[in-house]
Amino acid sequence: MDIFVQQLINGLVLGSIYALVALGYTMVYGILELINFAHGEVTMVGAMVALAVMVPLLGTGLPVVLVLLIAILAAIAACMLLGYTIERVAYRPLRRAPRLAPLITAIGVSIVLQNAAMLIWGRGYISFPPIIHRETHQFMGAVITDLQMAIVALSVLIMIGLVYLVERTRLGRAMRATAQSREVAELMGVNVNTVISATFIIGSALAAIAGVMVSAYYGLAHYYMGFMLGLKAFSAAVLGGIGNIAGAMLGGLLLGVIEALGAGYIGDLTGGFLGSNYQDVFAFMVLILVLVLRPSGLLGERVAQRA
Amino acid sequence: MRLGYLGLSAATILLTGLLTGCGQDKTTASGEEVIRIGSVAPLTGAQSHIGKDNDNGARLAIDEANAKGLVLGGKPVKLELVSEDDAADPKTATTVAQKLVDEGVKAVIGHLNSGTTIPASKIYHDNGIPQVSPSATATAYTAQGYNTAFRVMANDAQQGKVLGDYAVTKLGARKVAIIDDRTAYGQGLADEVEKAVKASGGTVVDREYTSDKATDFTAILTSIKAKEPDLIFFGGMDPQAGPMAQQMKRLDMHAQFLGGDGMQNLNFLKLAGADADGVIASSPGLPLDSMPGGEDFKKRFEARYGPIQLYAPYAYDAVNVVIAAMKKADSADPAKFILDLPKTDMQGVTGPLRFDAKGDIAGGSVTLYQAKDGAWTKLETVKSGQ
Repeated sequence: MDIFVQQLINGLVLGSIYALVALGYTMVYGILELINFAHGEVTMVGAMVALAVMVPLLGTGLPVVLVLLIAILAAIAACMLLGYTIERVAYRPLRRAPRLAPLITAIGVSIVLQNAAMLIWGRGYISFPPIIHRETHQFMGAVITDLQMAIVALSVLIMIGLVYLVERTRLGRAMRATAQSREVAELMGVNVNTVISATFIIGSALAAIAGVMVSAYYGLAHYYMGFMLGLKAFSAAVLGGIGNIAGAMLGGLLLGVIEALGAGYIGDLTGGFLGSNYQDVFAFMVLILVLVLRPSGLLGERVAQRA
Repeated sequence: MRLGYLGLSAATILLTGLLTGCGQDKTTASGEEVIRIGSVAPLTGAQSHIGKDNDNGARLAIDEANAKGLVLGGKPVKLELVSEDDAADPKTATTVAQKLVDEGVKAVIGHLNSGTTIPASKIYHDNGIPQVSPSATATAYTAQGYNTAFRVMANDAQQGKVLGDYAVTKLGARKVAIIDDRTAYGQGLADEVEKAVKASGGTVVDREYTSDKATDFTAILTSIKAKEPDLIFFGGMDPQAGPMAQQMKRLDMHAQFLGGDGMQNLNFLKLAGADADGVIASSPGLPLDSMPGGEDFKKRFEARYGPIQLYAPYAYDAVNVVIAAMKKADSADPAKFILDLPKTDMQGVTGPLRFDAKGDIAGGSVTLYQAKDGAWTKLETVKSGQ
């Protein structure tokens, strides 16, 4: 039983990181119907910038909490700038092009970012400085650390904040209007370009936080880390219903739990026929099943094809 | 037309120039025959420091042999080392291997990595050139049945056997869980460990898998935890082993963490941080201060090239194995002295040098290290196959 609880905790922590990244996919898709494949790389850049800021600052003797805060803020700022630039340079000129063009551009941007990161930060794995003390707590026979609780709590807070932003603020209303119909929103006096830029900036800020969380949780960062994370988060967004904010959160958490339980139990359930090397397969099996059985996702609504 | 003709003649001249440099047995000014021996290692890129170290080790052996004077078939000969750079890249490795063959080398010392040694070994074999690798450890290298492939370092199978044995008999582990990263190296090593654990009377309670790109091991570690092993073995490299060590501590697991040479390095200590403490990992070969001729070799080597990085003593021994076989055959003809290579029986800097039927070193040493306060400390050296 405690093993089941432990796997559930493992899955929830992993899932809340997926959810944060999935939000970036889903927000952009909701407004532009564009799958921003460079989003995973933005997460990676967030982790890299945070580490690049953190390591020299730790030598100066500043309090650890302050250093961590500065590093996260630097990562958020860098990713916001990056997200804005990507949209401005790579997607805006193609806004009226066929939908395939920006999709291919997105893949291109992702490759450019990976290689740029490789040139700047090198091919090696960069270790996260051991500044977070890891107290373990017993919880229903399972073990949970402060960092894990912080990751889940912070993710939930951010998600609540995002829902508030989208549902209750002026910007949020403009975003929803743009998502429904760009032309009509424009006629109503909404500055569509600003709204789209804001969407990319907010999504990238979430990615930056997720990037720092991932590198703190696993203790390392690597120029390639955004690729798989991006694909998983994309699957999570599709699972929840892409374009739907609550769906991205639900999809992320579900995917994390499915992966943890799947990898943990598949060996025992199949008598060793299938092993835990299939861990990564679960996310993509879920993606395929959703696309086949319920293309609109768990919370997505079947929308009529827009003209 | 005129241009075409000019181009053609230029090409002819160039080609003639190239050809005269190839495949010819050169002689020195004093009339000694020159025998070329190839040395291949990554001389550029991330591993260049280790590659240059191998190259220097080989060079020292060549220079010492020349200083002593070598007579083959009644005539004095001079050895010449031809260094090539494979950049640790399998494709480059086959290109430089062909180049060495074309240049008429009589033997090759190298390559440094398993991934480059294996594809290159086919080219040497097809051309009948004996190859002695100082540092490639993948079992596949000598499992191809090539009579030209030799190595002077313990291979992964020998290492796995030592590790599995050590886990049960020395560390007292009865229940062992094994994880591997599904690469040729990780899986091969883990399979050997599993066999050795069972042979020594231990039980393998769980076998889990990950990939060489994964960072999350909490799910597999949790299911391992449920089986309550005394020891967890990981066949893989440091980028996975580092976070794995951290996640074990995070899950409150107290089983001994054991690994192979893929994680017995500084990067693992960096990635695992404080959680590296107590981890045991092996490395083929033995530390310099434990080598029978280590102290003396170190003096001679460092007087010329500076500090030893890693495998230089093995490259040095590899050259001496070749020279000894040439002396015994009294010929530098690969077809002749290759018959004497398997009969090698000599004392090298790194220990006794004898080959088994496959060309692997017989009774190669494997050394176990334990991580403590951000450094690896030597536990003990075990001879494989004993």
